[in-house]
Amino acid sequence: MTHIEKQIQDLTERLGYIEDIFGNRENANIALLRSKLNDFKAQLSSLDSGQLKRQLSSLGDLFLFLENKLEKELTPMDKVRIVRHPQRICLKDILENVYDNYTEIGGKDEYSIDPSMIIARAYITRKVGKKTYKQPVMVMGQEKGHGEEFRNGGSVKPWGNAKALEYMKVAETENIPIHTYIFTPGAFPIEDYPGAAQQIAKNIYVMAGLKVPVVAVFSEGGSGGAEAIGLADTRIMLSHGYYSVISPEGAAAIEGRLRDGQRSTPELVERCARQLKISAKDNLEMGYVDRILQEPPLGARAENFDFFKKLRHEVILATDEIVLSVRGMKLFRALALRKLSNPNIYVRWSLSPKSRERLTWQRYQKFMAMSRKFLLDNTSILEKSFSRINDYSWSVYAFLRYEFLGRHQRKITHLAEDVQGEVQALFGKMLSKGSRIISKIPGLKKEKKEACELTTLSSWESGISWDEHCRYISPQANKDRTVTCPNSDKFGCLDLWAPDLFSDFAGVCSYCGHHFPMEYEWYLFNVFDPRSIREFNSKIESSNPLSFDGLDIKLEQAKKSSGHKSACMTFEASIKGIRVVVAMLMARFRGGSVGVAEGEKFIRAAETARRKHLPFFAYIHGTAGIRIQEGTSGVIQMPRCTLAVRRYLELGGLYLVLYDTNSYAGPVASFLGCSPYQFAVRSANIGFAGPGVIRETTGQDIQPHYHKAFMTLSRGHIQGIWDRREIRNNLHQALMTMGGEFLYFR
Amino acid sequence: MIDITSLLEEIKKAPYKELTVFTPHSGRIEFALKEAGTTVHGASGVWNEKPGTLLAYLTREGNRKPVYAPEKGELVMFHDIDDHQFVQAGTPLLKIRHFLTKQEVIDIILKKALHLFLAPEKGRYYFVSAIDTKLKAKGLGHVNIRQGDEVLIISRMKRETVLVYDGPGGIIYTTYFNSSDSVEVGSPLLGVCPNNQVEEIKEVVARIQSGWEEKQ
Repeated sequence: MTHIEKQIQDLTERLGYIEDIFGNRENANIALLRSKLNDFKAQLSSLDSGQLKRQLSSLGDLFLFLENKLEKELTPMDKVRIVRHPQRICLKDILENVYDNYTEIGGKDEYSIDPSMIIARAYITRKVGKKTYKQPVMVMGQEKGHGEEFRNGGSVKPWGNAKALEYMKVAETENIPIHTYIFTPGAFPIEDYPGAAQQIAKNIYVMAGLKVPVVAVFSEGGSGGAEAIGLADTRIMLSHGYYSVISPEGAAAIEGRLRDGQRSTPELVERCARQLKISAKDNLEMGYVDRILQEPPLGARAENFDFFKKLRHEVILATDEIVLSVRGMKLFRALALRKLSNPNIYVRWSLSPKSRERLTWQRYQKFMAMSRKFLLDNTSILEKSFSRINDYSWSVYAFLRYEFLGRHQRKITHLAEDVQGEVQALFGKMLSKGSRIISKIPGLKKEKKEACELTTLSSWESGISWDEHCRYISPQANKDRTVTCPNSDKFGCLDLWAPDLFSDFAGVCSYCGHHFPMEYEWYLFNVFDPRSIREFNSKIESSNPLSFDGLDIKLEQAKKSSGHKSACMTFEASIKGIRVVVAMLMARFRGGSVGVAEGEKFIRAAETARRKHLPFFAYIHGTAGIRIQEGTSGVIQMPRCTLAVRRYLELGGLYLVLYDTNSYAGPVASFLGCSPYQFAVRSANIGFAGPGVIRETTGQDIQPHYHKAFMTLSRGHIQGIWDRREIRNNLHQALMTMGGEFLYFR
Repeated sequence: MIDITSLLEEIKKAPYKELTVFTPHSGRIEFALKEAGTTVHGASGVWNEKPGTLLAYLTREGNRKPVYAPEKGELVMFHDIDDHQFVQAGTPLLKIRHFLTKQEVIDIILKKALHLFLAPEKGRYYFVSAIDTKLKAKGLGHVNIRQGDEVLIISRMKRETVLVYDGPGGIIYTTYFNSSDSVEVGSPLLGVCPNNQVEEIKEVVARIQSGWEEKQ
């Protein structure tokens, strides 16, 4: 191929790329480019070499000029098309051009546990003065591979994320920073062991406490798949990338209430893309990314070598900044980094133990501050002040009681136990004989109540009679009709009369034990001690941070029908006398979806439990996932809540999760799925994506009971299945057995 | 001994089976389909998760339950029941004519003509070496077995047990297992037929394979 032919081919490809990005939209600039190029091709044979060169050069200039012009016309949906284009830069390009050398770990093209996730050990060479430094780094990210089919479009399977997690831990052991590159439309929604949701939850949980600097670069940040490697100290976003809770097509399908196989109109998809505020600029304004890296006009492609240079500079700078922000000796270098764009200074990337502690605390604070500006809290200033004073008092009390006195108290208790043991060993026989003689004295024969309970035949526990507690009447019980159990064909269950089924039977088929869904109120009345519930933060309201069309009305309706201000109710209650802090997600309020308000309430509940040294119980009556209309403000609740939960767990708390009805997507893939003790009521369906989404994404049909609690248990996601009628007893037992010696806090 | 040719002729005279749909319990009936001649479908999907064509609703004590078609076929007649009439449990509602497929006809014939030897437990099955050698040399339809013969070896978790044939003597006409796959308990392993009927069965099966017309 001659040089001229190559140039023509290059221009043809550039035009094809522009046409792909602008989709079906007619544009005068594109038409002009097309006609000019076609004209040139038509008169190719009649031109001499001089004319060819001149015309090619002017055509090149025209392309450059119009590309710059078209850049300004890009809509959010065009940017989605840019990041999905096969010519878009991919992780392999970055490894080749940003890092000086690298070794791919555990995979070579299709021969990998998951080719859509690439992990590499790389290094960056820095020359400072006369010295050359090689700085190692762990690089990982989704690989779209310029449209290679086996890369699955960067949609990572659970084992791909597990591999990433494994090497995050390796990086932590080796004390080297991690650079993650996010190129995913979302995680592959299959539930094979350990399940997409469970694996993402594990990743986020580990990232919340990683003791090495993490820099994330977002190109295509699709919801849970992005979060699996996206919890970072510095989040850089490429100017033509998108970061969103859901793909615009997915949002359009939900907004348009489309059924299987139906396709949404391009206008609706475009509108959703615009309203979700998925672009880099929007995300920077909202505070979910730290900075934007400007790409060449119409997006970076593999041949844009200048862009890789910029990216290299940016990730080095970001890593330096993180390290210096937590290091003791930093003053001049931190200043130099901030003031100069390319300082020629060396920063060692390994961290001391103290700096590592500072790093995780800094990360915690960074994420806690996110999305708070969108919080709608109608609590009065007086109430807020009172609550703040109360919080401080509890903090002081907790310090004195558990940190100061607790430590000594434990020592005294242990000493007393030892002394008691010694006495028992010395005078055991004498004491037992003496007590036998004393017990024979008339009038002292009466055994203690506790001893009686332990030695006599078991009976109903005093005060715990089922009827006495069941005061809530389900609206389902007010209908004079019978209900058929879905297992009637299999087990021959007879029809059940609704007033019986939804009151005395607690929504459980008396033949096969099938659990019909019950309202969350049933649990409030039947699980917790009577009159023990004290709600807090009830005035935090769900809002519409993106001003998404129609959400205000939907929220108003939900508030009116449920009587709550958000889908999350947080309260303190007791179970057989044991105080617990509870966060409950209610399916009745917008499907129990999680947005800014719900996330904040969950975090505050975890903080309250930590402050008061109480067990933390998440009762998930139902959750449809992250509230898509809140966009990234919703999805950011995944790392935020996980960070809060991790902090609580690390300080020794007991965190229990109980799923009921349907629990899917973001919350399960983060702050719920990370609990070491997750249980489900028999009625539960648990998973990452519903059957419709799985069919749409993977093209596979799934078996009818794919998300049922028993399947989830067999996959190892949850640790047990509870009968609804036994929740109170089971919860009490869980608190007693998992709580430990010093009740819930180690 | 059965006459296979006449059995086939009999099936040919009425190449369908008729299924009557009964009410599972009492209630008020509400027909969804009202015309004879309508084509209906049975449950479908990989796990039979999609129900068949909706035939009627049966309402009892406010509980409206759908009644679906159990198999593919044609609605041939409705019993004399009015729409919205109260019916007792077990009342015949309608009749579906299901036209037999090639495989169903072959299955009917083989079921009558062959003795099926079923798997007593889950595991992998092999022929004992004597029978295996004969089968490899002569092929199916030529190896004779009698009651009390050691025929198969069951292998499960490294335990191997010899299995004795306990059915009527005859020729091994067909096998239903593959020695590399695990067989579920109760699944057929062998189809054994009387010595003198082998040729006749083969001929009838070939005739069905080539000449049977399936109605859609």
